Amino acid sequence: MPAFLLYLVHTLFPPDTRQPTELGADFMILVTGIGIVFILTRYQKWRWLWREWLTTVDHKRIAIMYLIAAIAMLFRGGVDALMLRTNLALPNVRPIGALEYNEVFTTHGTIMIFFMAMPFIFALFNAVIPLQIGSRDVAFPRLNAMSYWLFAFGAILFNISFVIGGSPNAGWTGYPPLTEVAFNPGPGESYYFLSLLIAGIGTTITGINFLVTIIRMRAPGMTLMRMPMFVWSVLTTSALIIFAFPPLTVALALSLLDRTFGSSFFTLGHGGMPMMYVNLFWLFGHPEVYIVILPAFGIFSEVVPTFSKKRLFGYTTMVISLVSIMFLAYGTWVHHFFTMGAGPTVNAFFGLSTMLIAIPTGVKIFNWIFTMWGGRIRITVAMLYQMAFIPTFVVGGATGIMLSVVPADYQLHNSYWVVAHFHNVLIGGTVFGLLSGLYYWWPKMFGFILNERQGKVAFWLFVIGFWVTFLPQYLLGLEGMTRRMYTYPFGFGWHELNLISTLGAFIMGAGFLALVYNIVWSLRYGERDLTGDPWNGRTLEWSLPSPAPEYNFARIPVVHGVDEFWAMKESGDTLANHLRPQDVKTLELPKNTGMPFMLGLSFFVGGFGMTFLWWPIAIFGGLGVVACLLYAAFDYNDKKHLPADVIRHTERSWGRLQA
Amino acid sequence: MSTPAVSEPRQPIPVEFADEEESIKITGFWMFLVTDMIIFASLFAVYAVYRSRTALGPTPQQLFHLGPTVLETLLLLTSSFTIGIAVWAMRSNRPRLVLGWLIATMALGAGFVITEISDFVAYTSHGATWHVSGFLSGFYVLVGTHGAHVTFGIMWAITLLLQLRRRGLTPITRRKLFTFSLYWHFLDIVWIFIFTFVYLSGKIA
Repeated sequence: MPAFLLYLVHTLFPPDTRQPTELGADFMILVTGIGIVFILTRYQKWRWLWREWLTTVDHKRIAIMYLIAAIAMLFRGGVDALMLRTNLALPNVRPIGALEYNEVFTTHGTIMIFFMAMPFIFALFNAVIPLQIGSRDVAFPRLNAMSYWLFAFGAILFNISFVIGGSPNAGWTGYPPLTEVAFNPGPGESYYFLSLLIAGIGTTITGINFLVTIIRMRAPGMTLMRMPMFVWSVLTTSALIIFAFPPLTVALALSLLDRTFGSSFFTLGHGGMPMMYVNLFWLFGHPEVYIVILPAFGIFSEVVPTFSKKRLFGYTTMVISLVSIMFLAYGTWVHHFFTMGAGPTVNAFFGLSTMLIAIPTGVKIFNWIFTMWGGRIRITVAMLYQMAFIPTFVVGGATGIMLSVVPADYQLHNSYWVVAHFHNVLIGGTVFGLLSGLYYWWPKMFGFILNERQGKVAFWLFVIGFWVTFLPQYLLGLEGMTRRMYTYPFGFGWHELNLISTLGAFIMGAGFLALVYNIVWSLRYGERDLTGDPWNGRTLEWSLPSPAPEYNFARIPVVHGVDEFWAMKESGDTLANHLRPQDVKTLELPKNTGMPFMLGLSFFVGGFGMTFLWWPIAIFGGLGVVACLLYAAFDYNDKKHLPADVIRHTERSWGRLQA
Repeated sequence: MSTPAVSEPRQPIPVEFADEEESIKITGFWMFLVTDMIIFASLFAVYAVYRSRTALGPTPQQLFHLGPTVLETLLLLTSSFTIGIAVWAMRSNRPRLVLGWLIATMALGAGFVITEISDFVAYTSHGATWHVSGFLSGFYVLVGTHGAHVTFGIMWAITLLLQLRRRGLTPITRRKLFTFSLYWHFLDIVWIFIFTFVYLSGKIA
């Protein structure tokens, strides 16, 4: 074999990627890839894929692409979690070794936060926000597609690290000096920094896009205090993204400069300071946990009134609590490293600011309970997740308050108590919320209802599995088990609890499979949503057919109050009642474009080149980015016309047009 | 939905905001500037922490020459003035004047970048590379990020120039020129902070 090929094989597939798990993954990827290519070619779907999906700028399609990515990443992160739990099931029994364990928990954390939770919330942003505010699209449809492709190619770059070159292994937080090239040579950490930088640009753009959409594109009459609560939650989330992601970008970029170009930011010598990274990271990282929880709060604030057949209790206090959480989010980041030794004054300040967050959160919990109080509750899957959320999140919040007590944190820091706490709020809060939103808005996104009976099976597996997994972990934390340990000896009294926890993880895995089965089954046999309003909803998205047409609203509605669609139904009115043929005008819609896809691809190529320090490839990717930006700057032909006749025809076929 | 009564006196809207869609893009650009501002805020925070961490390298006082930085300040502040005139010319609908002042802005910006590069080359030729100390890393990345922004701005101005020549002043090119001017003023403000906080206070301390 020529020397060049040998070098290539050795760099791309170093010995530690030639283990059974990796080879198995290689094989699966190969088989799946060939299968997809075969099906697309067999049924001549390449053109369809490119025209209808890869170049789309329609927020409803982008939402679906985000959702597919999120569920795929939930699978990958979940498999990682099962590998971790299997390793810890019994003392001294360790199918995977310490080094690989480090890689797996790093991948698990990074994927679940950045490549599962984030796209999942963006899927719901995209699917719901323009419909709820009565708009035809987001403010910047092309940027929206760019966000998606930057996220997607960032995710691909991160995911291939497992099979090509080696995974990152310094935890999802990537603390130096462990990420410095002296202690961590090889491409793993470079993959981490580059993929998060690329995906982070996309996320920042999404934040800008939805903030401007909500500020500038609401239907006439929809004042701020008439917005659905989910819109409020997205507004505050977007503001959090705009202020939180730049520090992450800086932290990642400086680490990359240290690794790749020899600067001295976080090195141990040369006047570097690793704690600076930790501060910058959590300056992002703490707002980030609110970025993923506030949308869940918004979802519950939609689900509870709908299924309680009652107006949301305490609208104004809900808004105030959302906004105060948004501001408080920036003042708590040091509680992630009380043990840094910043001194009692600093620690006391951040301990107190952390405790303050409990007040607005508690207000929200009470408001949801009071909304249900005296309502006509329907126990649907969406509602079940909400009802499971309340006790779960209260426990997760209470253990968080215990961690904010600085002396207690010195004991609990980096123990399984912390692991149990953040899974308690991230799964009990974010994931329950997202799944609730998934069942709630699924008919609007896809035009059919997910089978409720199967959904309930998945729900019970998931919730029971969750408690069985994480309740023992609190006790393990109290018994001194630290996080990120890959095995433990006999005789510490940890083995029963660990075994129970692993059992729970597999029950959750079964819950995931039940969810997938539910989706696949309903795809074929699920009840079609012909009315567009399967849940007797209260907000504007339910006034449209499911799924909504490309232009959303044939005529933009005028809003008179909170729960506009409910008020319409109360007075026996619909949007269609007033739509006469002459009201329908020819619309200008954004035209599909391949630029966002090519931009993401260029970033991917550039990132891959930088990971392996192959400069020609990196420069080639960079030139691709420049070419895409130039194309976007000079492309004035970005609109298409949708003739009024076509819209009239579509509306008439639904019976939504007056004769 | 309500249209204002005809008799109601209204503030005239600047021409770049007249088109609703383009005006939304200006709002979006302000939000982008917020994110860029936070990037610089983070880099300033990094520099503030690192500026005493000079390791075996030079201190700010030993390193900085005020001559080139004063020149840079003059060039960039003047360019902020010239882009202001370009926007004024756009509002009074004089496309040739817009082109002229945009070219002046680019020339001043290029002068700034060249001065900064020669300044950096002088520092590194004395062995003050960013590998040497945390202070130098923080310095080069903070000031270099600003310089990279100015360089990107010049490229952007070139594409703007071509579009203005081909299309004249349309709602789209007006909005693009206006957002460019926002970006340019923003870089000017950041530079004022760099000049005082990095160079002047570094020289005094």
